[in-house]
Amino acid sequence: MGRAARIARRTFLIGSAAVAGGVAFGVWHLHRPAPNPLTAEAGASLNPFVIVDQSGTTIITPRAEMGQGIHTTLAALVAEELDLAWEDVRVLHGPPAQAYYNSALLRGEWRYHPEGLSGWQSALADTLGRVGKVMQLQVTGGSTSTLDGFVRLRMAGAAAREALKAAAAERLGVPVAELATQDGNVIGPDGTVIAYGELAEAAARVDPPAVTLRSPEEWRFLGRSMPRVDMLAKATGTAEYALDVRLPGMRFATVRMNPHLGGEMTGFDPEPALAMPGVERVIDLGTGIAVVARTTWEAMQAAEAVSVEWGPAPYPDTTEDMFDSIAAAFDTRRNSRRRNDGDADAALADAGTVIEAEYRVPFLHHATMEPMGAAALFTGARLELWSGNQAPVLHAEKAAEAVGLDPDRIVLHTPMMGGGFGRRAETDFTVLAARIAAEMPGTPILLTWSREEDFSHGFFRPAAIARMRGTVAEGRVTAFDAKVAAPSVTRQAMQRMSGFAPPGPDQGHVEGLADQPYRFGAYRVEGYLADLAVPVGFWRAVGNSFNGFFHESFVDELAHAAGADPLAFRLAHLDDPAARGVLEAVAEMSGWDGETEAGTGRGVAMTRSFGTPVAQVVEVIDDEGWIRISRAWVACDVGLALDPGIIRQQMEGGLIYGLSAAAMEEITFAGGRVEQKNFPDHDALRITGAPEIAVRILESGQHMGGVGEPATPPAMPALANAVFDLTGERIRELPLSRRLRFVA
Amino acid sequence: MAFTLRVNGQTHTVDLPGDMPLLWVLRDGLNLTGTKYGCGVAACGACTVHVDGAPVQSCQLALADVDGEVTTIEGLGTPEAPAPIQQAWIEHQVAQCGYCQSGQIMAAAALLAETPAPSDAEIEAAMALNLCRCGTYSAIRAAIRAAAARLQEA
Ligand code: FES
Ligand code: FES
Repeated sequence: MGRAARIARRTFLIGSAAVAGGVAFGVWHLHRPAPNPLTAEAGASLNPFVIVDQSGTTIITPRAEMGQGIHTTLAALVAEELDLAWEDVRVLHGPPAQAYYNSALLRGEWRYHPEGLSGWQSALADTLGRVGKVMQLQVTGGSTSTLDGFVRLRMAGAAAREALKAAAAERLGVPVAELATQDGNVIGPDGTVIAYGELAEAAARVDPPAVTLRSPEEWRFLGRSMPRVDMLAKATGTAEYALDVRLPGMRFATVRMNPHLGGEMTGFDPEPALAMPGVERVIDLGTGIAVVARTTWEAMQAAEAVSVEWGPAPYPDTTEDMFDSIAAAFDTRRNSRRRNDGDADAALADAGTVIEAEYRVPFLHHATMEPMGAAALFTGARLELWSGNQAPVLHAEKAAEAVGLDPDRIVLHTPMMGGGFGRRAETDFTVLAARIAAEMPGTPILLTWSREEDFSHGFFRPAAIARMRGTVAEGRVTAFDAKVAAPSVTRQAMQRMSGFAPPGPDQGHVEGLADQPYRFGAYRVEGYLADLAVPVGFWRAVGNSFNGFFHESFVDELAHAAGADPLAFRLAHLDDPAARGVLEAVAEMSGWDGETEAGTGRGVAMTRSFGTPVAQVVEVIDDEGWIRISRAWVACDVGLALDPGIIRQQMEGGLIYGLSAAAMEEITFAGGRVEQKNFPDHDALRITGAPEIAVRILESGQHMGGVGEPATPPAMPALANAVFDLTGERIRELPLSRRLRFVA
Repeated sequence: MAFTLRVNGQTHTVDLPGDMPLLWVLRDGLNLTGTKYGCGVAACGACTVHVDGAPVQSCQLALADVDGEVTTIEGLGTPEAPAPIQQAWIEHQVAQCGYCQSGQIMAAAALLAETPAPSDAEIEAAMALNLCRCGTYSAIRAAIRAAAARLQEA
């Protein structure tokens, strides 16, 4: 029996709920009832997923669009079963609600196994899934959106279709079996065409019908590259981001918060700012100030004019001192040993030569193209927010707390996001907008951070150090021993979100090192948590973003120590078919033969994250003393590719994001402040430095993996390995631009 | 003080400081929010508009210095009637988050107006100021090449 059928038996189909002039459909797990998200405000529907009414069919997706194309894929899941014409698909991001909790995220179950989960795995997954609900996560992250919606959205679509058919059968006096559906219509046996909208009210009185999902052979939308539902708006400047929200009487605000992150404000003088044209208010936010003005620019100018005294930061002053405290973590009690195959100590002791290397990676900023900001309107009894965010329930809760309202008094809209990459899971900017609005009841405000504020107030990818030891004999790795030290993203983020940092081994801290599919003689991975109060957060691929670099750089070193071709060496240590498949694919695509011409270097890397193995070959050329990233080949195995066009975009985007970081990005501190202020001192890869890219998507069909993040981790080691091939120099510290000049 | 400017074929009078960058006049004064703020210091291209057809980073042009017809992404084409370059963007499914794309499209439109058959090097040079954090560069190249090819056919 397939998993879909198993889930179907355990789920409670809620169909046929009346909305004004229409009907709504949704699916919940029977043993996890969640309150209906749309009843309270909209007063309408029981269903978070599909609403059919006179105006057509609207899909309420539970996931936010930050560029990853998720609205398109989730819409396709519904449309596939509901038989809509693609042009007629309308998509809305649902309000924050328990019913959208992301069960897959905390379940850590990245794989969709048709048969594969054993009993205890299922039980564990379900238990943790319940924890996810308890925490009321509605998170867009962890590359889980498609997995989460895969069954539920199709079932919602199928339920809607069958209810509409039942209503049509009654109206036409024919058996349901004689009816078909096409392009938003029910078609009768005599060719009668009835639009869904006409049947919507009657369908609301139909009992929830039993549904079976269509098999992949029958799919028309899924498995194809669909035109993105957001493309027309984004090509015509009409897509609305939070910073584009304009309301009558709106005032424009900006903030200047303590650049010593976490420090206090000891005093400020608003007078120079208040004397400037257009300025209306300077607001004391405790750890910084807000200026409210007639325009954003006037607010930004005035914020600079406020003289402020800042208290110190609760962390060391300089990057150097921070690295010292990260290194000191190696001498503290080990937090985790998530992998320990074979006897690493014995293997290291037996070997003649132990290869040792230390790697360092810097703090990184997300640098989303749209700076942080949000719009807010506070009326005393109610707070309405427009915030591009990756965790609406959390954002609404934190905003409610900040202004002293119950969470059910908050209405949070999630417009398009100008990039997220993990940054918009943090609630700081939404809370600031709420607090400013609370100072000006009845006046809608738009908070826009300056780019300088955005750079200096991040939740950074942590800096990290790895100490690696390894041995090889007869072309094989006999020992692979990794220790990694960094501040813990998991603990910090959980502390911020829930006020509680989970003790015990931090799995995220060693992801990308401890969970890779390689087989080595002995394989040991240990994590050490650095005690450092620099704000760190979820940066695309999280722990994999640094551990992938450590793992795949060191595998390269071991290959060279063994005198082996780095790609063949990897294959020799892999029996996982999907991991082998992606490496073989990039070998073929790039014509890998282990040889490169003078002036050219190539590097390879393979990492598996979020259930998706990705292999990349990156080529660099020496362009008169500058390094140019000329070409890249990417292969991924997503198991089941729901939309190849979107997967290709994510593979390219993830690659560029990783290459850019590895080549030239870092956040450094001096005097307790971030030194990078804007793009002139923190460049990123531009079109001139971006390689030509070829992507191949494999579908071994064993699982459904994420696509938004997995292409970032291998890009960094593949680039460093290519540089080694070009120059013969092994650079173990990122960014590479500390030692080399890159064409950006 | 009041200034008069022409934007997308319409005349506007705004009472805003003369040193305010055109970007903010458009966004906060005229509610033309298609033009984006990314850096404010001529380093990202998100704010690119045309002044008399030439690409200009609107965060760098003071209101008092605007002399010429301003065209923004809203004036280039509309959802009902997208311009050819916008159609190429849609056909090649360029955008991811989309935030940089108004600026990318305005830069590309100015390039093709000036150089209808650009070489790859000319494409890169014209687009080098425009940052895209989502990494849509290959699609941008493809869309510009396709739009140029269509211009040749026409
Ligand atoms: S906002 Fe003008 S170039 Fe970045
Ligand atoms: S599409 Fe997101 S920044 Fe370019």
